[in-house]
Amino acid sequence: MKFAVLVFPGSNCDLDAYHLVQDVLNHEAHYVRYDQMTLGRCDAVILPGGFSYGDYLRSGAIARFSPIMEAVQEFAEQGGLVFGICNGFQVLTEAGMLPGALYRNQNLQFRCRQVFLRIENDDTPYTGSAARGDVLKIPVAHGDGCYYAPPDVLDKLDENRQIIFRYSNAKGEITEEANPNGSLDNIAGVCNKRGNVAGMMPHPERAGEAVLGSEDGLVIFKSICHYMEQF
Amino acid sequence: MKHTAKSFAAWKGAHDLLWKAKVEVTLKKEVRDPQGLAVEKSLKTLGYEMVQRVRVGKYMEVFIEADSRKKASLLVEEMSERLLSNPVIEDYSYTLQEPEGGK
Amino acid sequence: MNDKIWRSLGLTDDEYALIKKQMGREPNNVELNMYSVMWSEHCSYKHSRSMLKIFPTSGARIIQGPGENAGVVDIGKGWAAVFKIESHNHPSAVEPYQGAATGVGGILRDIFTMGAQPVAFLNSLRFGPLDNDRTCYIFDGVVAGIGGYGNCVGIPTVGGEVYFEQCYRGNPLVNVMCVGVMPLEKLTLGRADAPGNLVILVGALTGRDGIHGVTFASEELSNASEERRPAVQVGDPFLGKLLLEATLEAIEEKAVVGVQDLGGAGLTCALTETASRAGTGMEIDLDRVPLREAEMEDYEILTSESQERMLLIVEPNRKEEVKNIFSRWELEMAVLGRVTDDGLVTVYHRGKKVVSVPAWSVAGGSPEYAEDYAANGGTSVCQKVNKPVTGIENCGEVLLKLLADPDIASKEWIWQRYDYQVRTSTVQGPGGDAAVIKIRQTGQALAMTVDGNSRYCHLDPSAGGKMAVMEATRNLSCVGAEPVGITDCLNFGNPEKEEIYSQFRAAVEGMAEACRVLETPVVGGNVSFYNEVDGQAIYPTPVVGAVGLLDRYEQQGTADFKKTGDWICLLGSPAVSLGGSQLQKSCGGELGGLLPPVNLELEKRLQSLVRCLVRSRLVSSAHDLAEGGLAVALAESCLPNNIGAAVEVTGQPDKISALFGEGPSRVLISMGGENLKNLKVEAEKAGVPLTILGKTGGNVLLIRSGDDIILKLEIGSLRSAYEEVFSCLMK
Repeated sequence: MKFAVLVFPGSNCDLDAYHLVQDVLNHEAHYVRYDQMTLGRCDAVILPGGFSYGDYLRSGAIARFSPIMEAVQEFAEQGGLVFGICNGFQVLTEAGMLPGALYRNQNLQFRCRQVFLRIENDDTPYTGSAARGDVLKIPVAHGDGCYYAPPDVLDKLDENRQIIFRYSNAKGEITEEANPNGSLDNIAGVCNKRGNVAGMMPHPERAGEAVLGSEDGLVIFKSICHYMEQF
Repeated sequence: MKHTAKSFAAWKGAHDLLWKAKVEVTLKKEVRDPQGLAVEKSLKTLGYEMVQRVRVGKYMEVFIEADSRKKASLLVEEMSERLLSNPVIEDYSYTLQEPEGGK
Repeated sequence: MNDKIWRSLGLTDDEYALIKKQMGREPNNVELNMYSVMWSEHCSYKHSRSMLKIFPTSGARIIQGPGENAGVVDIGKGWAAVFKIESHNHPSAVEPYQGAATGVGGILRDIFTMGAQPVAFLNSLRFGPLDNDRTCYIFDGVVAGIGGYGNCVGIPTVGGEVYFEQCYRGNPLVNVMCVGVMPLEKLTLGRADAPGNLVILVGALTGRDGIHGVTFASEELSNASEERRPAVQVGDPFLGKLLLEATLEAIEEKAVVGVQDLGGAGLTCALTETASRAGTGMEIDLDRVPLREAEMEDYEILTSESQERMLLIVEPNRKEEVKNIFSRWELEMAVLGRVTDDGLVTVYHRGKKVVSVPAWSVAGGSPEYAEDYAANGGTSVCQKVNKPVTGIENCGEVLLKLLADPDIASKEWIWQRYDYQVRTSTVQGPGGDAAVIKIRQTGQALAMTVDGNSRYCHLDPSAGGKMAVMEATRNLSCVGAEPVGITDCLNFGNPEKEEIYSQFRAAVEGMAEACRVLETPVVGGNVSFYNEVDGQAIYPTPVVGAVGLLDRYEQQGTADFKKTGDWICLLGSPAVSLGGSQLQKSCGGELGGLLPPVNLELEKRLQSLVRCLVRSRLVSSAHDLAEGGLAVALAESCLPNNIGAAVEVTGQPDKISALFGEGPSRVLISMGGENLKNLKVEAEKAGVPLTILGKTGGNVLLIRSGDDIILKLEIGSLRSAYEEVFSCLMK
């Protein structure tokens, strides 16, 4: 499998995503700079975490106008997998490729810690190798991770099963304490209606080696690979 | 997108008028504003119990070359909707200042 | 010159005379401004240079000692570790967020300037007690600023220490350390070699920010300091990140001859230091400096401390290549001039020659002040006064009080605001004895820590200095790493006062001795004097940043008890004291009494033994005993995995000393019963005392003395004391 890892000015988890694909999963990865017009041959695109353009206006707001984003949009329209992690998720919502918006954590502080995620929908390219209700231990590290969508959009998300992950406790219960940023309905990750574009605030690429504290992030990448192998 | 702002002076010789737009961006009123709440609480702690509500937003000054007020307004609105604000969570408002010695 | 203008620029009459002598004429105003910033204490180390010479700075691993942007240590396999610590105390006192953020940005540039990829930040912080809004505001701002810059540039902040004492109330300390790694051949120095090469400025535009920041750092703070806010610079981490990427790419392509970051004293420092190191000169046209503000004067451009700027020395035929690299990262560059062979830094502005100074004189010609104060034995008055802590009956209550003291309590409230995981190499994050970062390319790992105990230094600067080096290296040894070098940040009051200079001297002497015995050379650091408010100095606060090496990251050890039924032992010295202890501070109130004895040879044997035990997995955990003594260390090892312990203490004059007495050269270990016999053999062979204390298990920490139970607490109550303090104080 070939993954394209986008690099915006200010991306800083590009290295981590690349490392995970290349060294942990033993698949291929290549970087694609923001100023390129094409993605190169790839099966999936990762928009990595970081602070694109310093997140100076709003997280992801400037990066989404990068030249490469047209190619990403086109790739998604053709059904390609586009996966945004943290800042990448913010870029995708800013670009309108995913519903809702991410803004300031309700506690007003940057949060870096392990959280638990409950899988809400296992019928997506990102969760196919897991089961609904499974709980993953994956870290968050962000200051602008509070998910918001207007009530009618939230209803649609529920209806279409577009909510993939919710913050939960270790037992899989959706509680207020388990929510690190005040996201509505504990939403941690969503996908588009078609299911091929997804974004999440937690960092699965940081949960790929036992020595880093968790390997639970691997199931997401394995799901992606499994999905791609079928097509 | 270069990170060196062109100086104000460089615009002066341009053909069109230079408008100064003051753009304010705030969270929509149905979106919980954690910064506003923090400031509100802090003001009350300081004894300002008459404070009913605080909203925190962003203020931007955008200098625009345009030959008419109408054109300048259209440009500001377009910029605000595309980049300066995120319509999912934010509202914007703006005022346009007359150019110096303007028409 | 009229009106003795040099005095208003912080230069003495004698210094002015020396400048005239070195230049062979009177300096003009611009030149005098350059001397003023470069001969400030912050840049010239004129009060500390003579003492810093006594630090051991060489060793088999040392590639670059003090004098460059950062120290460089050979870690084998063709790789090097690059690290340095620096203070940003005064800027943080007046504008905590930006002061701390620019401190992080500055130390980051020091590391990648050398050609190294930064891999971790650490910090050492001191504030007043969190009992008032102002201190809480400063504390919160500093933490936010460190996170704000570090998180954005994508280098993890993996460790640090923070203490709260009255003496830091108006003068907080913000010391930041950065560690980088690189293949040896990437080493790049801040030298302007070879006449004819181009002098290039890249990065941010130059504005009026931070003019005379270094002189601000070289005077005492007062109420007027608030009004000097313009001296504080504003950081732009996004630009810092782009500079980092572009500079490393230019070094990777071998497109640059020399690199220097612009920090304190701005262009003046970068130009004169790079020329002086290479024995060359420079011809510079200030009109080519890209400015953010119109109409800047020559001296303003030369001394501006605008952040995120770098000076490059480039061969003319590589210019386009360098330009392309930087423009790929959306950065502008400006060719300011050329390297010359005349040893002079010559500056033109608006068509006129405005400066022509000998580079060596500005960069290194300042006088060296070696005050010959009589050494006072390195002890302060209050050490002679013993202040026994009395009236303590309930040891459990005392332990809960200590665990809930912000000095000891869990710092998670702080470090969860730092991204300590980015780069996915943090194999041991904050909260342990030392942080551990794996080096992906070699399979090795670097352990790192910052330590200092200013209460000890207040009572006895020499012993306190030794103990800082001992504790930092011991922390490395507890995770299994071999210390390879240290960097120090020496925070003191006004060195022109006899008392302060004596403290400084004693502390440096103590540290130097410890470094020699423990074979950890000093590869660089920073001196911060004038940490005083209205004439009241801080405690002497030497802070030690230490870096250690693990051949394989899998060898690392941690401090937490691993399983029920393990044996718990104390390795090392039984000698403790309550003088300067956390107990004295938290429960007694007044500081005084003798520090515990210091035995550097024992320390060396202990550390070597602990490293060996950790790496060979003979022990399951190792934890340094620090503030709060044995009781606190036990609690800290119990908490992570909810494993209780039952131990018996013997051999101390009283239970208070046994539980809460502090002393160096002590490590708490746990191990499976099958290893106990081996351990005894190893400890005996190493000549390190071993005391068997008890066993892990249950959900209670229970401590007996003979038949008496002197402490019994549930892990749950330890946890609430330890973990809830900061969120309560900072509501």
